[in-house]
Amino acid sequence: MTYLAKPKLHHPSLSKNQAGYTRRDYEGKISTLCAGCGHDSISASIIQACWELDIQPHRVAKLSGIGCSSKTPDYFLGNSHGFNSVHGRMPSVLTGANLANRDLLYLGVSGDGDSASIGLGQFAHCMRRGVNMVYIVENNGVYGLTKGQFSATADKGSKSKRGVVNSDEPLDMIGMALLLGATYVARSFSGDKKQLVPLIKGAIEHKGAAFIDVVSPCIAFNNHAGSTKSYEYVRQHNEAVNRLDFIEDHEEITADYAPGETVTVHQHDGSALRLKKIASDYDATDRVKVMNYLQEHGARGEVITGLLYIDPDSEDLHEHINTVDTPLNQLGAKDLCPGTPALEKINASLR
Amino acid sequence: MNQISAINDFVVKFANVNGSGSASANELFARSILRMGVPVSPRNIFPSNIQGLPTWYEVRVTEKGYLGRRGGVDLMVAMNPQTWDNDVKEIGPGGYLFYDNSKPLPESKFRNDITLIGMPLTEICNATYTDPRQRQLFKNIIYVGALSALLEIDPKVLEQLFSEQYKGKEALLQSNVKALHLGRDYALKNLPCPLGLRLKPANNVGDRIFSDGNSAVALGAVYGGASVCAWYPITPSSSVAEAFMGFCKKLRGDAETGKNKYAIIQGEDELASIGIAIGAGWNGARSFTATSGPGISLMTEFIGLAYFAEIPVVLVDVQRGGPSTGMPTRTQQSDVLACAYASHGDTKHPLLFPEDPTECFEMTAQSFDIAERLQTPVFVMTDLDIGMNTRLCRPFKWDDGKEYDRGKLMTYEKLEAGADFGRYLDVDGDGIPYRTLPGTHPTKGGYFTRGTTKNRYALYSEAGPDYIDNMQRLMRKFETAKSLLPQPVLRQAAKPASFGAIYYGSTSPAMQEALDVLAENGVHINALRVRGFPFADQVKDFVAAHSGTFVIEQNRDAQLKTLLVTDSKINPAQLISVLHFDGTPITARFIVDQLTRHISAHSVVPLKKAS
Repeated sequence: MTYLAKPKLHHPSLSKNQAGYTRRDYEGKISTLCAGCGHDSISASIIQACWELDIQPHRVAKLSGIGCSSKTPDYFLGNSHGFNSVHGRMPSVLTGANLANRDLLYLGVSGDGDSASIGLGQFAHCMRRGVNMVYIVENNGVYGLTKGQFSATADKGSKSKRGVVNSDEPLDMIGMALLLGATYVARSFSGDKKQLVPLIKGAIEHKGAAFIDVVSPCIAFNNHAGSTKSYEYVRQHNEAVNRLDFIEDHEEITADYAPGETVTVHQHDGSALRLKKIASDYDATDRVKVMNYLQEHGARGEVITGLLYIDPDSEDLHEHINTVDTPLNQLGAKDLCPGTPALEKINASLR
Repeated sequence: MNQISAINDFVVKFANVNGSGSASANELFARSILRMGVPVSPRNIFPSNIQGLPTWYEVRVTEKGYLGRRGGVDLMVAMNPQTWDNDVKEIGPGGYLFYDNSKPLPESKFRNDITLIGMPLTEICNATYTDPRQRQLFKNIIYVGALSALLEIDPKVLEQLFSEQYKGKEALLQSNVKALHLGRDYALKNLPCPLGLRLKPANNVGDRIFSDGNSAVALGAVYGGASVCAWYPITPSSSVAEAFMGFCKKLRGDAETGKNKYAIIQGEDELASIGIAIGAGWNGARSFTATSGPGISLMTEFIGLAYFAEIPVVLVDVQRGGPSTGMPTRTQQSDVLACAYASHGDTKHPLLFPEDPTECFEMTAQSFDIAERLQTPVFVMTDLDIGMNTRLCRPFKWDDGKEYDRGKLMTYEKLEAGADFGRYLDVDGDGIPYRTLPGTHPTKGGYFTRGTTKNRYALYSEAGPDYIDNMQRLMRKFETAKSLLPQPVLRQAAKPASFGAIYYGSTSPAMQEALDVLAENGVHINALRVRGFPFADQVKDFVAAHSGTFVIEQNRDAQLKTLLVTDSKINPAQLISVLHFDGTPITARFIVDQLTRHISAHSVVPLKKAS
């Protein structure tokens, strides 16, 4: 971390995106995490993705739980409302916020302790409900803020910094998200910004529950030999199944791929995602095949990354419960209060 | 043998088996009496069970309109062999036992100081119906028919109720009317009609309505503008959310699009439910959850967050018997302290105490204004007795000119005009800061909401002075709450009184009756019904004006008294606790007995006057 605050004044030559913001406008406070922390790279990727998508920062609500990862929303999108809620309960707060105003973009940031241990139930149920959100787990397999205890995603057999070998089975958040009905499921590595930024962009544009598991090494407590969440280990075992080349309506397709190398997924809302295949046999739209693939390759010790699953016909919670298009928080007494005549009828029925 | 005789003033208790369809027949009985212009107060006494366990329905017929539980039984309708012995024992001397005599019972099963009214209900049903379910269901209607003859209930009133209930379902209507007359005709021919207990048409119901408190809470939430409800099923509060769904379906659809102007989520637990409600409140929708004691326990961490981060949200606590799982289907006022101080650290929350369904409606609607004005969790403290029983009460009223009080919202315009926005800045001296909703302004007004300590501008700070500044402002805010809550209601005794009594919530109807009885006995007491916490200053003055003040509660530990002592700094020596906590609703008889005993023990002449 650094104590040197960046000057607030922007150089006039900084380029602006179509929303009229410079990249600096998407930054937040100076991070208080350790130098080299994977989480800071994820924050940078979120900033990049929002800037490239011309998102107005104040139209984003960023929510988190408790832990190192949950501190990060303070370090990006400084003009957005943020909510650092309670440990493991970000999903419910995000769900409620989303119900109140369906027009904002909801970004949930959590960690493996926050989502896979104390918050496992809430993680599961917000995926089931199809809350329209981007849910990022910054996964380092360790409790950093309390100094190095194993988390529930630590692999069996991996070694803590103090030399203890983990004897518990790891919790597979990707597998759970797939089982529970998430409609956009991706895994990436904090050290691979080229892969991560398009995945975040795809998740932002996706309607429904979008989940990204980002392996994000803890430089202080889980970056040693014997760890399966260290920079070195992940670099050695990272097997990407595809590369997402996000296509926007106004963006020309410039990259050239040989036929058969790419597949375009047309989403229900008209947007399209182009995937460059790496594993030729991988079909990211077939949930069952995806689950099989991940189990097979996971058993070989591979860390499978990329856009693992996408449902092009996804729906979200608001569609399920048929709420009005106007955000509920903008409805006033006129819309909400049925008035005296209706009450008189009710009174009459109770006599 | 003595026989109780009474007109329009007696208690009928039905002993049934849960799941036998008795509930609707018993409610029909109660409604028919109301339609004759005679007030009734029914109470369900039911087990935590769906089928098979005993359940009771107690109807107090009360021309004077006393709606508390009276205690004692004048006529037992004993339909459950499992509870026969106790049911028979409960009848007062000179009372009546109505029972099914299809099978002979040994003499030892009866008493000789009560009147026995046997009717071969099973035999009649078996002879009339072949379908076992029909035999079961119509047995209930047949006994209502017999009771109509025994107690002189107008059969036309019952027929009218059927025709309203089965509008457009001709076959059902006819079969019910038939069963009714089957019972009535048998009774007129074979039983000693009418009994000493009977009904006479009166005009004491007026325009009052017959509603349960949970539905009234739900309707209050609709009128109060709640658009997000998150809940988890728990007795006795589940019907709040279910009624909210029902009312929203009818009243909150968008006529043009058919879409819903509300969102209701059944959470995976109470933690998620309050979390959803808080998220919605943070984002500017009026939101609530409904639960009972165990749910409050689970929600406490989140309640502390909403207190400290200052997020409006409403919690309806339909109290039941505690602690732990306690008595899920019995009533108590035992969550008062748990709610007043819910969560770790120094926390305090406004509480509202409705006395009946009408106040459930009014106070729930009002609670959303209070929550948004104060930006804090607000509790509506009802209980099973109010929530799950139908009660005669004033009709619901609404002022169509009323606008919702959305509290101090910092708008785009104000920010543009250069307002100094500090999320936790006390601009007006009332402890209430301004808040922005997410998405308000592109460059101004954004802030980070957190459960950690912060300074006036919502920046993280663990500095002692910042912390104290914030905590003291929260105290100022709590002081402001006093003026926003419903004020206490004073009932002045007809003659000068040296004793006072403080009571709240569902104790109200029993208290009204007790005060009348005491006055008739020459004991005059001034009574103050507390309707909100923090207490109005009037409460302290009331205690100071009396030589002793009773605090009547339905819990073991005198929880409201604790609040009076700790929060209003009232000398505990001035307060005398009267506590009823066996899970049944408090009765006037209990209150009269306790107060009389205390007053005679203290001697009628207060010491300071005697000296």
